[in-house]
Amino acid sequence: MSRGGSTLLPVLVVTLAIILLWYAGAAALNLAWERSVAQRAGTSPSLIAMLGNTMNQERPVLPAPHQVLHEIAETTIHKKITSKRSLVYHAGITLSSSLLGFALGTLLGILLAVAIVYNQALNKSLLPWIIASQTIPILAIAPMIIVVLNAVGVQGLLPKAFISMYLSFFPVAVGMVKGLNSPESSYLDLMRTYNASRIQTFFKLRLPTSLPYLFTSMKVAVAISLVGAIVAELPTGAVAGLGARLLAGSYYGQTVQIWSALVVASVLAALLVVLIGWLGDWVNRRMGLLRE
Amino acid sequence: MSKPGESMTYRHPGTPARRFTYRPMERVLLPGASAFAIGGVLLHASPWFGLGLALAAFVAMWLLTQSRLSAALITGYVSAGAAWYLVAQADQPELVTAGFWCHVIAAWLLAWACVEQLAAIATQSRLYQWILGVLIPVLFGVWLLILWELVTRGLEVPQVLLPSPSQIAQRFTSSTHILWADFRQTFLKAVLIGYTIGCATGFVVAILIDRSPFLQRGLLPIGNLVSALPIVGVAPIMVMWFGFDWPSKAAVVIIMTFFPMLVNTVAGLGAAQAMQHDLMKTYAASYWQSLFKLRIPEAMPFIFNALKINSTLAMIGAIVAEFFGTPTVGMGFRISTEVGRMNVDMVWAEIAVAAMAGSLFYGAIALLERVVTFWHPSVRSS
Repeated sequence: MSRGGSTLLPVLVVTLAIILLWYAGAAALNLAWERSVAQRAGTSPSLIAMLGNTMNQERPVLPAPHQVLHEIAETTIHKKITSKRSLVYHAGITLSSSLLGFALGTLLGILLAVAIVYNQALNKSLLPWIIASQTIPILAIAPMIIVVLNAVGVQGLLPKAFISMYLSFFPVAVGMVKGLNSPESSYLDLMRTYNASRIQTFFKLRLPTSLPYLFTSMKVAVAISLVGAIVAELPTGAVAGLGARLLAGSYYGQTVQIWSALVVASVLAALLVVLIGWLGDWVNRRMGLLRE
Repeated sequence: MSKPGESMTYRHPGTPARRFTYRPMERVLLPGASAFAIGGVLLHASPWFGLGLALAAFVAMWLLTQSRLSAALITGYVSAGAAWYLVAQADQPELVTAGFWCHVIAAWLLAWACVEQLAAIATQSRLYQWILGVLIPVLFGVWLLILWELVTRGLEVPQVLLPSPSQIAQRFTSSTHILWADFRQTFLKAVLIGYTIGCATGFVVAILIDRSPFLQRGLLPIGNLVSALPIVGVAPIMVMWFGFDWPSKAAVVIIMTFFPMLVNTVAGLGAAQAMQHDLMKTYAASYWQSLFKLRIPEAMPFIFNALKINSTLAMIGAIVAEFFGTPTVGMGFRISTEVGRMNVDMVWAEIAVAAMAGSLFYGAIALLERVVTFWHPSVRSS
């Protein structure tokens, strides 16, 4: 934020406002159920009592934040990690396939970018298709890819990682093409006066200059690869993983379970993005690319 | 800016310049094509065809030293004819031998050489540039389809695993009414309505919080964070709240498209420079006047960025939301049920519809962007 002033206070205030809105929403949405319960029982409790009850329903339309937190605490701290009811276990499964897909996608993205930067024909023929590839809703094909890969004998992490890879290679490829082309022409001229070979120019000029672009796109890629892994778990029959928790929760109307899986997925995504951000800052500072 | 290709043509001033040098890819592609063509003949594939391919590669090598365009034309024509011949052969198992695959590789290398020549043609004419800009990616895509067809037919890949493009096209034309119904349900209802409402609310909220720096500072980091979250996950909740039909899908799309629009519009509204603000002040422009005449036009590149991101997000959101419950129509519903019934060609037809709708949607927004932000450097330079 260049306009000065701390962002901490505004962020805290907005977060607090969101939590308050959430409570208000939970009360408003869950009240109808309380009313119908009271009607069936033939009682007429006070509004305050009904509002109090909306905070602790078993299957609320919108669970209150403390219910979600309680469920998360219940399924992370109080359950053994190996237990099938532990969210840590499910998050671990999703995390491993999304990280594998992210690593493969980053590698593929970098390789494609290098090929595109060094070959005019690929630049003109491949780049439009890379952009078009993302207009195909891969998440929609996810079920078929999983089924087909299963039929060929590829099982476990790889099919899910493949979906993550397909989603995450794109930002990396596009960002790296930009990054590898970012050295100014005077720098390239300097490399020529040194009679540097193409490989030397690549490793000593293009690659270092592209690193800030790489980390920016990796932040996007890691977030999107987690989405890919979660959605890829939907068609596998809800066996394990955060996506499976979502699907199981929606089958059995367990809203608290859905929301807790969502919150854990969000925390995971935020952690991954922050982690890549730190890594990027550290590398850029070591390379002298980031000056404070 | 200097392109990487140019650095290759640089020679030390002491060395005499030769009249013509093959570029590195040409040294690999064309001899490679003739080697595979002759290799195919040695492996007992049709001799006249193989020798013809090899001859075409040699002629192209020679033509290159004269004119790039004629080399591109001959490699293009020969590879297209070869593809026709090879596809016709692929159905006869006794003809699909190692030599056949050698010829496939030779034809593909010729096509690659053709693309390589077309990409290297330097022209000042806008029209030729435009034609080349369309032709090169299309050639690449067509060859991808040809190789797909050859591999699935030649290796007799089971249709359940991967149908050939021709089978998919057949299924596509024979079930247009189903595809149209699904398209209407998913795209025309859920995607378009959700996208419009989501983008509009994001834009309006951005304008509303624009006057409060405090709210901006608080909402921007949160908006950025939310943009990175797996929002598709709210799909089951929306299905519970709004029922099985399209409103629940539109709701998912609204939530997914809202935050990118909000974050980008806020960033865009801050894009006008101090000098421009000063100019508006000297005109005694009111807040709304400077908003509509300066800041919103200045924010347009950012807004279109969000519109483009959102166009793909909206498709994904609507289709994934259908996995959680839907009436018996819709693209996501069709994909998940036809996978279960092993009608993989129908799934691919649906994917083709989704890809075409997505590309056209994206293309329309990109076109609109060029019209609206004609003044922006990135549009003017291209």
